Amino acid sequence: MPIIEVDGLRKAYGNRTVVDGVSFTVGEGEIFGILGPNGAGKTTTVECVAGLRVPDAGTVRVAGIDPRTDRDEVRQILGMQLQESELQAKLTVREALELYSAFYRRPADWRPLAERLGLTAHLRSRFASLSGGQKQRLFIALALVGSPRLVVLDELTTGLDPRGRRDTWALIEEVRASGVTVLLVTHFMEEAQHLCDRVAVIDAGRVAALDTPSGLVSGAASPTVISFTPSEPVGSGELEALPGAVSVRERDGRLTVDGTDETVDAVVSLLARRGITARRLRIADATLDDAFLDLTGRTPASVPAPFPAAPAAAAERGEG
Amino acid sequence: MPAPTSASASASASASAPASGPATAPAPAPSVVSVSVAVLRAEARLFAREPGAWFWIVLFPTALLTVLGLVPAFREPSKDLGGLRVVDLYVPVALLLSTITAGVQSMPNVLTGYRERGILRRLSTTPARPVALLLSQVVLHGAAVLVSAVLALAVGRLAFGVALPRQPLGYAVAFVLAALAALATGTVIAALSRTVKIAAAFGTIVFFPTMFSAGVWAPVQTMPQTLQTIVQATPLGAAARALGQAAAGDWPDWTLLGVSALWAVVLIAVSARWFRWE
Repeated sequence: MPIIEVDGLRKAYGNRTVVDGVSFTVGEGEIFGILGPNGAGKTTTVECVAGLRVPDAGTVRVAGIDPRTDRDEVRQILGMQLQESELQAKLTVREALELYSAFYRRPADWRPLAERLGLTAHLRSRFASLSGGQKQRLFIALALVGSPRLVVLDELTTGLDPRGRRDTWALIEEVRASGVTVLLVTHFMEEAQHLCDRVAVIDAGRVAALDTPSGLVSGAASPTVISFTPSEPVGSGELEALPGAVSVRERDGRLTVDGTDETVDAVVSLLARRGITARRLRIADATLDDAFLDLTGRTPASVPAPFPAAPAAAAERGEG
Repeated sequence: MPAPTSASASASASASAPASGPATAPAPAPSVVSVSVAVLRAEARLFAREPGAWFWIVLFPTALLTVLGLVPAFREPSKDLGGLRVVDLYVPVALLLSTITAGVQSMPNVLTGYRERGILRRLSTTPARPVALLLSQVVLHGAAVLVSAVLALAVGRLAFGVALPRQPLGYAVAFVLAALAALATGTVIAALSRTVKIAAAFGTIVFFPTMFSAGVWAPVQTMPQTLQTIVQATPLGAAARALGQAAAGDWPDWTLLGVSALWAVVLIAVSARWFRWE
């Protein structure tokens, strides 16, 4: 049984529709990412999952339970880290852990949890005196202290330095290794690419794509980036005409071609035919960033990528 | 082979029971009472770390009483006051002053801050309810007001010879209603203020009229008749008069008690209707 089932979720605030027909399922033990630009409806979606908001339409089930009718039961199995929510300034780390333990049916022993999250040295510190990274680790600890089956982490690494972010990623992987499902809301592509088994890209309240991070990248219109400095000028029109090429940019004599593996072959043979040397030739996979922009940006999206989990897009294409 | 099958089944069941609770034997979730007690205990520790709140709620009213009591003229019985001394009148005023500093100045700031900084929201993601935090604050501020009252009565009695209330039950009823109305005013301020800054400004605006009505500048008994009538329609003005009657040994006027009680009910209803948790 999937631990999260969301089907046809809709939520509007006044006249503004924030979530417009979102559906996805998350299997037990997955790290599932919800990715999208700011204001896409990510937070509202997870708030409906957690029972903090009542959907206007659609169904939500967490381990088969409806968060609307059985809030208390869902809260026993779901731990949550919210954006922009703090603790009492003078509450110590130890007091926070003890307090939150008292809410749950089967709380985890908070001591090893604090140890694992590097909080043992700060147990007597007050919340207000903690660094950003320490606060985030405490929030993870509080989300885990009830021994949940599912944790929801909303924009967890926003505001952390790169080192703190890496450390947090390692923690999230440990959490999953201990058997807890993770629902991760983020707008960092790198984070989703690094951590998530599957990602739902949400844009303007809808699921624009749902796939593994590598599936999203390879499904993008231009999954490969070729860059080089030619020994002699090459017409960009000529390059754009090559099979699979999507765009060509030039900067300080260096050319960058977005395309596919086919484009790589074509570029190499074109240059060989002309006897042009490609200095510092680099061929790289596009990042999830590129795929994301491809999906949500207003770039020439005349050729929607064939995402298996986006039947609506496929149907539209069939008609057009 | 029935025996081995059942043996292995029971073995696996007993092995998995401690690990995966919900499917097998759901332990009862902590009760609302035990969760609320945990929240109250944490909030009590936090309250103890606020010396500013302690000073204004617990110490300041008695300090004011002491300063006034040290003025020799205020320890002389006055015919205008029906044979009472000014210091006698200021004991109930000190009690009401602490309900004001607690209800109008301290508590709304705490509650609004909890909402502004997402503390109520965070709590609402757990099996605990944010209302437990609100009620804890009401209980703790109420307790501080009670300590303050005992201190003012004790200092009044021991240092300045102010008689203890001759109708203690009526005195207690009037005082509890006044404290309820003042704390309810605090929840209304918190309900209507989106930020701590607004709550502080709102609190200050309410602070001076309530202090005036409680008789901090001039005890209600000494006010002109028309003004007395107006002031006695306010929750603390009515309570001030009721405390005076109970101190003298009479059961307070039911009208006065009714005024304070009605205010408390209306204010609680307003905050219950308008309070926003996020």
